[in-house]
Amino acid sequence: MHESATDPMVPRVLRVRSRRRDGPQVWTLELDAGAREQPGFAAGQFNMLAAFGVGEVPISFSGDPARPQRIVHTIRAVGAVSSALTRLGAGAALAVRGPFGTGWPMSEAAGRDVVLVAGGLGLAPLRPALYQLLAERARYGRITLLYGTRSPKEILFRREIDSWRKLTGVMIEVTVDHALQPWHGHVGVVTALISRARFDPGRTLALICGPEIMMRFAAEALGTAGVASEAIYLSLERSMKCGIGSCGHCQFGGLFICRDGPVIRYDRLREPLRVREL
Amino acid sequence: MSLEPQSAQLLTSEGLDQLLKALRRGGYRTVGPTVREGVIAYEDIDSVEHLPRGWTEEQSGGHYRLRRREDDALFGYAVGPHSWKAFLHPPRQRLWRARGDGDTVQIERESPDRQPLALIGVRACELQAVAIQDKVLLGGAYGDPHYRARRADTFIVAVNCTVAGGTCFCVSMDCGPNVATGFDLALTELAAAGLPAFVLQSGTPAGRKVLEEIPHRPATESEIAAARARVQQTAQHMGRQMPVESLPQLLLRNLEHPRWREVADRCLACGNCTMVCPTCFCTTVEDSSDLSGQETSRTQRWDSCFAVDFAYLHGGSVRQSARARYRQWMTHKLATWHLQFGSSGCVGCGRCITWCPVGIDITEEVNAIRASDPG
Amino acid sequence: MEGVEQIVAEHPFFAGFDPAYAHLVGHCAKNVRFDPGRYLLQQGAPADQFYLLRHGRVALELSGPGRGTVTFQTLGPGELVGVSWLVPPYRWTYDAKALELVRAISIDAACLRGKSEADHDLGYEMMKRFMPVLIQRLQAARLQLLDIYGAHA
Repeated sequence: MHESATDPMVPRVLRVRSRRRDGPQVWTLELDAGAREQPGFAAGQFNMLAAFGVGEVPISFSGDPARPQRIVHTIRAVGAVSSALTRLGAGAALAVRGPFGTGWPMSEAAGRDVVLVAGGLGLAPLRPALYQLLAERARYGRITLLYGTRSPKEILFRREIDSWRKLTGVMIEVTVDHALQPWHGHVGVVTALISRARFDPGRTLALICGPEIMMRFAAEALGTAGVASEAIYLSLERSMKCGIGSCGHCQFGGLFICRDGPVIRYDRLREPLRVREL
Repeated sequence: MSLEPQSAQLLTSEGLDQLLKALRRGGYRTVGPTVREGVIAYEDIDSVEHLPRGWTEEQSGGHYRLRRREDDALFGYAVGPHSWKAFLHPPRQRLWRARGDGDTVQIERESPDRQPLALIGVRACELQAVAIQDKVLLGGAYGDPHYRARRADTFIVAVNCTVAGGTCFCVSMDCGPNVATGFDLALTELAAAGLPAFVLQSGTPAGRKVLEEIPHRPATESEIAAARARVQQTAQHMGRQMPVESLPQLLLRNLEHPRWREVADRCLACGNCTMVCPTCFCTTVEDSSDLSGQETSRTQRWDSCFAVDFAYLHGGSVRQSARARYRQWMTHKLATWHLQFGSSGCVGCGRCITWCPVGIDITEEVNAIRASDPG
Repeated sequence: MEGVEQIVAEHPFFAGFDPAYAHLVGHCAKNVRFDPGRYLLQQGAPADQFYLLRHGRVALELSGPGRGTVTFQTLGPGELVGVSWLVPPYRWTYDAKALELVRAISIDAACLRGKSEADHDLGYEMMKRFMPVLIQRLQAARLQLLDIYGAHA
């Protein structure tokens, strides 16, 4: 254990403090760091989480960067590893490496309007950025969260969203692809919300996280609205095995998404995102 | 190698044998070329008797055969399917084990291998490959501690190539056939009846130190001239040429070139090229547990970008087509490697051509794209 | 009439519209309001008009046995409700329900089709305003069809 600080491939053992269901197949785990001090993390960074004997996957932090002892991850059960992780109950041990990767450019947000565009589970990696923005609300202009997801029952962090809506200078718009139950919110793609949102494109910073197709359309829609590519950041997802740019799996053109990303400025992504199967 | 007359020495085959023994006395594991199952492989050797004496090889696209030489040269061939990465960045490396009984879980990190390695018969292209892997595996913010431990103690006996392989193009890649740097000792084999002698150059204090234990004498001017001539001869007989001018730009502006589809029709996506390539470094990890679930471990192993699940995201592979996977391998090797690590990832050893079951030739693919580059 | 013409000219759909055309379209327009839960148009009914929303939001719905009622798009102020009046057989293909109190401009379809037939410049100007809306909705429908937020996107 004592050498793990020098070897990023060796995890530390943490335990699940609590587990909460946040949607169909989606669970939020809060980990217990015990007495040991945990490394701080930046909004947008990720940990490698492993279920012992099953495997390891990259999962973004979804908690508050101001409270690094409280490690929170929101996980969707899609594969063997993520399913095993979401089955861990309070007290269960898991192996954690990280934090890894680049964070959202929070220092660039000061004095600007900030537009966060989230798609599906992409709200989870944006939540730390939102916590940080809301903690120092006065430092920023208008804050807008545009969140698109599949259907009303898949909306993450509902109670928090309702509390954020009540804050002044904060606009939250949620849209779903289709709605069955009684639903009075928006139905339609998240890009449609961009034209309805109020922000000054010349002094706006945009943070986007969601499925790659949605991010491509959202970034283009922001561009059409007048936001420069240099002011738009995307959080990309690729297969990550090591987290430190040495296993080769997450390459995207010349980038290692685990090390040069996951948060990358759109002007570096615009061309490569057009290449199929890159 | 500069082959400075004042420092070049002459070493006999007997002297080389003594060198191996001196290294072993010094605690080194000595690894070098030997004939095994019809190829020249890199394995543990403890005497010149194990070297491929009197052997050479035929190499071309998808073709490799050992052939008898007319002399007793010990290094009269180019490179086989093995490369030194098998020893420095091995195919399997356990990273850690965890033991737990529910209440406590202890993680035990795998200790780095401490036995120093002496690599015997490292070619110029391979030295460059080691330098490239050094940059990949040690150059980042963290570094691979297992690789670092092995490299810290590596003793390298390099060999200048006196034969060009049928698929070699180190001259194009500007890293051979003569070794320039990164060795402790470097040998150039002289033509001889019977067992050969070597012109020897030392590159480090460690190399000079071990030399004190073995018989040698200053090389004569004519011996040095003969050695130099043999290496120059090799340079003029490269089996392939790679047109490297503006190669990264050429490939990156041709990501949708029809040639990728054409090569994909031949490519079996077997991954042989990545296994034999001395610079390919990609790995994956496997977690496993014993039957009781009390002990689990994680092992790193070589992986290949030709595997369909290499770039797997929930929902499927990012690179489903062989076209995309071949393009990833070749553009990484020849183009994006420059962006990531400041050099080409190719050293011109020709292994990927020789060991491709269908003989796909990386130099031919580059030429095909260059020939129809819209610019 | 002048009031309606003014409202037509100020609606975002007609931004930059030639005042002469606004005058023509104004002859086909009237102000309407719908209480929450009322339908602006219903599947199968003749598409005799379309709506430009000024206040309130509208849900576009499709329903079928065993599937309930699915809302596939919501529209708000500044947006257009109803495009089936453009092409034969001039019948609605979905329902549009007021989610809240809706105020809108209702434009008589036969009237506008007649004026566009008489003055193709007006018709072309109208088409240039409808076409981007249709394309946006087509693109949105494609994205929704992909179900990109699904677990196995």
